[in-house]
Amino acid sequence: MASVSQEAGAVGRKRQTRSTSAILLNFLGSMNLAITLLVAICIASVIGTVVQQNQPYEDYLSKFGPFWFPIFDNLGLYDVYSAMWYLAMLAFLVVSVSVCLARQTPGMLREMGKFREHQQERSLRAFSNHREWRTTLSPDEVETVAARALKHNGMRMRRKDRGDAVLLAGMAGSSNRIGYILTHLAIVVICVGGLVDGNLMLKYREWTGDLTLETRNIPVSQIGDESRIPPGRGSFRGMVNIPEGAAARVVFLPLRDGYIVQELPFRIEVEEFRVEHWDTGEPSLFESDLIITGSGIDEPIHHTLRVNHPLIIDGYAIYQSSFGDGGSTLNLRGWSLLGDGAEPLNIEQKVSSREQIEFADGSLTLELTEFETFNTRRVPGTESREMEELGPSFEYRLRGTDGSAREFHNYMRPVDIDGRKFFLSGMRTTPQEPFRYLHLPADRNDRPDTFLFFHDALSSEQRLRDASERGARVAMREFGLDQEELVPQVAATGRELARQLLDEGLGSVMTELESRMAGQGEEETRQSLVMFSRLVLERTLWEAFTDARTAAGDDPERELGESDQVFFQDALSTIPALAEYGVPLFLELDSYNHRQATGLQIARAPGANIVYFGSALLVAGILLLFYVSHRRVWCWIRSDGGRTMLLVAGANQRDPLSFERKFGVLGEEFDKRLKAAESTTGRHGSGDA
Amino acid sequence: MSTSQETMAVGFDERGFLRRLSAFDWIWALVFLAATIYASVTFAPWMDRYEQGILYLSWATLVGVGWMWKPARIFSAALALVALFAVARYPDLAAAQSDFFLNYLLSSQAAIMWMCALFLAATPVYFAGLLLRSEFLNKLGTALTWLASGAGFLGLLVRWWESYLIAPEVGRIPVTNLYEVFVLFAFTTALIYLYYEHRYKTRAMGGFVGLIISASIGFLLWYHFAQGAHEIEPLIPALQSWWMKIHVPTNFVAYGAFAIAAMIGVAYVIQARNPQKWQERGLPSAEVMDDLMYKNIALGFAFFTIATILGALWAAEAWGGYWSWDPKETWSLITWLNYAAWLHLRFTKGWRGVPMAWWAIIGLFVVTFTFLGVNIFLSGLHSYGEL
Repeated sequence: MASVSQEAGAVGRKRQTRSTSAILLNFLGSMNLAITLLVAICIASVIGTVVQQNQPYEDYLSKFGPFWFPIFDNLGLYDVYSAMWYLAMLAFLVVSVSVCLARQTPGMLREMGKFREHQQERSLRAFSNHREWRTTLSPDEVETVAARALKHNGMRMRRKDRGDAVLLAGMAGSSNRIGYILTHLAIVVICVGGLVDGNLMLKYREWTGDLTLETRNIPVSQIGDESRIPPGRGSFRGMVNIPEGAAARVVFLPLRDGYIVQELPFRIEVEEFRVEHWDTGEPSLFESDLIITGSGIDEPIHHTLRVNHPLIIDGYAIYQSSFGDGGSTLNLRGWSLLGDGAEPLNIEQKVSSREQIEFADGSLTLELTEFETFNTRRVPGTESREMEELGPSFEYRLRGTDGSAREFHNYMRPVDIDGRKFFLSGMRTTPQEPFRYLHLPADRNDRPDTFLFFHDALSSEQRLRDASERGARVAMREFGLDQEELVPQVAATGRELARQLLDEGLGSVMTELESRMAGQGEEETRQSLVMFSRLVLERTLWEAFTDARTAAGDDPERELGESDQVFFQDALSTIPALAEYGVPLFLELDSYNHRQATGLQIARAPGANIVYFGSALLVAGILLLFYVSHRRVWCWIRSDGGRTMLLVAGANQRDPLSFERKFGVLGEEFDKRLKAAESTTGRHGSGDA
Repeated sequence: MSTSQETMAVGFDERGFLRRLSAFDWIWALVFLAATIYASVTFAPWMDRYEQGILYLSWATLVGVGWMWKPARIFSAALALVALFAVARYPDLAAAQSDFFLNYLLSSQAAIMWMCALFLAATPVYFAGLLLRSEFLNKLGTALTWLASGAGFLGLLVRWWESYLIAPEVGRIPVTNLYEVFVLFAFTTALIYLYYEHRYKTRAMGGFVGLIISASIGFLLWYHFAQGAHEIEPLIPALQSWWMKIHVPTNFVAYGAFAIAAMIGVAYVIQARNPQKWQERGLPSAEVMDDLMYKNIALGFAFFTIATILGALWAAEAWGGYWSWDPKETWSLITWLNYAAWLHLRFTKGWRGVPMAWWAIIGLFVVTFTFLGVNIFLSGLHSYGEL
C-alpha cells in the first residue's frame, strides 16, 4: 500500500508540475497574448517612424533639449528596432507563435486524415446543411451516384458499412490546415532569418566590452583593433564613401552615435564615377567603375556598378547607393569686408577639410563642407517657381576663435533675376534654419569686383574721406555755393550719412535727416537743407562708386547708361544687408578641380535566404488558408420500405455562408444525378423527403 | 415531395473547369496571347528577361481573371482596342491637342478626367438606386462604374505611351508617383468592387464603395489643379527597375480591397442601427456583408503580403537590405499586423458584427497613413512620393 500511495503522490506532484508548465504554455500559446503582442508591436513600431532613427546625436539633443534627450536615449528611441524591449516583444511573439504551432500541428495533421465515419443518421440530421431524398434506385445505385457526385466535387472519401446503412464520408480541402501550419511556421522562420541578419551579435560584443564604438572622425589607419571586425562569416550592413582614384577595404557599420569598422576580404578601387541628370535636375543615372582585388580573387574584377544592379562576390553584396564629393579642390578668392583695401586672399582648399585663415581682424577657421556642380532648383530668395540650372555651388562654415560658426552657401556664377545678375550668398547661424540669401550685383564683366570695391570704398575711413570731399565740392558747385572753407564740414556730413546708409539703409538716412533739420529756421530753409544734404550724400556715394569702377578696371570717363544706374541702386540696397552677414569675409569660387566619391553599401546577409524561404511559406500558407476551404460531406444511404433513402449533410466551419451556397448547388447536383440515373433505369419517382 | 416530374435529360455538367470554357473564352485568350507574343518580340530591345517574364505573367493573370469572371473578357478586349486606337493616332505629343479623339477622349489627361467625372456621377446614382429602390438606377450605376474604370485604365495605358513619346529613355510604367497611383487606386478598387457585385448579385454597396473612390478622385483633382502633378517626370535611378511593375500594382489590389472592406464596414454599422429598415431598402443581410468584408480583407491581406515581400526583394536589390525599418516599411508591417489581428479574432475567436466592422473602418485609416501619410509627414527612403 505504501508504494501505491507513494506512486500516487508522485503522480500528484507530476500533475502539479505539469500543470504549472501547462499554465505557462497555455499563456504563451494563447490567442489573447498573441493579439496583445500584435497590437503592442504595432504601437511600438509607430514610435520609430515618428522619431527619425539613427540621426546624429547632436540633432536629437537640439530637438528634444537636455532634459528629454538622455531619457529618450535610455529608452532606445533613437534606434527603436534594435532596442532590447522591442526585440523582446518580437521574441515573445515568436515564442507565442511557436507554442501555438507546436500545440496545434499534431491535431491538425491527424484531423487531415480523419473522415469522421462515426456519424449517425441522427447527428447528420442535426447539421444545418442537410437534404434528404427517397428514390426508386437501389442502395447500390444510389451509392454509385453519390460517390460520383463527391468525386466530381473534388472529395476524397471513405466508405463505411454501418449494417443497415452505408456511410460515404467525403472530405476536400484538407490542405487548408497545411495553410495554418505554413503561415505560422513562416513567421518563425522569417524572424529567425531576420535575427541572423540583425546586429544583435554586434551589440552583444559591444556589451561584453569586446568591441568599442569609435565616435571620432579619424582616418581608418588610426582606428584601433578594439573597433574593428576582421572578415568573417557573420552578417553586416555598412557604408563606405570612396573618392575617385582611391580604394577601400573596410566598411563602416553605424551604431548609435558612432561606428564600427568591418574589414573586407577584398579591396575596392574606384576608377571613375559618373552621374547624369535629367532636365529636372534629378539624377538619371549614376554608376562607378570598380576594380576589385583580393587574396581569393585570381584576376582583378572590373565591374561597372549601377543602382538596382548589385555585385555579389563570395556572399558579399556591393550596392551603388549614393554619391558625394570626394575632396574636390576649390580655388577661392577671399574678399575682406573690413574696408581695409586688402587684396583678395587666394585660398586653395579641399572639400571636407578645415583650415585657418589669418586675417587683419584676427583668424577664422574655414570648413568647406559641400560642393555641387549641378543645382537645378528654384532661384533662392525669390518667389519664382521655375526650375533653373544655377551652376556650381559650395557650402562652408566660418568659425571664430570663440567656436561660434556661421554657415554659408555661395554660387559660383551670377544668377539672372529679372534681367539683372546677382551673386547669391546664403547665410544662416544654425543648421536648422534655411539660408537667407544676399544678392550681390554683378558688374558689366559678370564679376562681383565693382560691388565689393564699392563696399570697400565706403567702409574705408581714408577713401570715404577722399570721396566725400570730392562729393562735397561737386554738390556745392551744383548748389551754387563756392566757399572752400565749408568743404570739410560738408564732407563730414556726407561721410556721416554714408556710414549711416552702410549700417541702416537709405530709409533711415532720410528719416534721420528730416528729424535733424526739424526746428531749424523756416520751412523753406529746412527743405533746401535736406535737399542739399541729400545731394552731398549722393555725390559722395557716386564718387566712391566711380573709384570702385576704376579699381575694377572700368574706364572712369565712360558714358554711363541705365544699367549702371540700376547697378548703383542695387548696390545701395544690398550694402546695408551686408551688416547682417556676420563675418568680414566673402568667398568667391574662382575655379575648381572636381573629384567625386561613390557611396557604396556593402552587406553580408546569410539570413536573407531563410527570410525568403519563410516568405514563400507565408504566401503559400495564406493562399491555402483563404482559398482552399476545408469541407466535409456525408452521404447516408439505407433502404426504406422499398425505396432508398439518401441523406446528405455537409459542414465547413471557416466559411459557413459560402458553404451554404455551395451546399445548395451540391443538392441540385444530387437531384439531377438521381433523376438521370432513374431515367436510365426506367424507374421514376424520386424526390425530396 | 415536390414531384414536378418532367423526364430530365442529363442536365448536369460533369465537365471539368477547362472543358466548360466556351469557344469565346479560348479565342479571347489566344488573341491576347498573340498580342503578348507580338509585343514581346517587337519590344524585345527595350525589355530584359524579367520584363519579358512579367509580360507573360500579366497575360496568364488576365486569362485567369477573365475565365473566372466573364465580364473581364469584354472589358479587357474593349480596353485593348481603344488603347490601340489611341496609340495609332498618337505619333507625337502635339497630337494630344490637334487630334479630336485624343483631345476630348483618349489622351491620358482626357481619359483620366472622364474617369473622375464618371466616378463622381456613379456614386450618387448608386445611392439614389438604393434609396429609391430603382433597379434602373442601380444598373446605371454599374454601367457608369464600368465606364469609369475603363477610362482610368485607358488613361494609364495611354500615359505609358506618352512617357515614351517624351523621350524613349523617360518611358516607364505609369505607377511611379502619387498622381498615377491615385488613378490606379480608383479603378482597381472599382474593378474589385464590380467583381463582388457580380458574385454576390447586389448593387447596394455601390454607393458606399463609390464614396471612397470619390474621395480619392477629390484628392486627385486637387493634386492635378493645385500642384500640377499630372506632368510626367523622369525617374530617379532607384526607381528604374522592373520590380516597379509588380510591386506597385500588387499593393494597390490590396489597398483597393481594404478600402472596400472598410466601406462595407460603414454600411454594416449603419444597418446595425435599424436592420429591418435598411434590409427593406435593399442592403444585404448582416451575414452577407460580414462575409463580403471578410472576403475583401482576406484578398487584401493576401495581396498585401505578396506586395510587401516583393518590396523586400526589391529593397534587397536597390538599397542593400530586404528590410531597413524605413517608415513606409514599418507602416506596412503595422498595417499587416493590424489585419492579421483582425483575421485571428474572426477565425479563432469567432468575432463578428459591429466591432469588427469598426475595426475594418479604422484599418482603412491605417492603410491610408501607410499609403499617403508616410509620404506627407515622414521622411525616408520612399520619399519620392512627396506632396
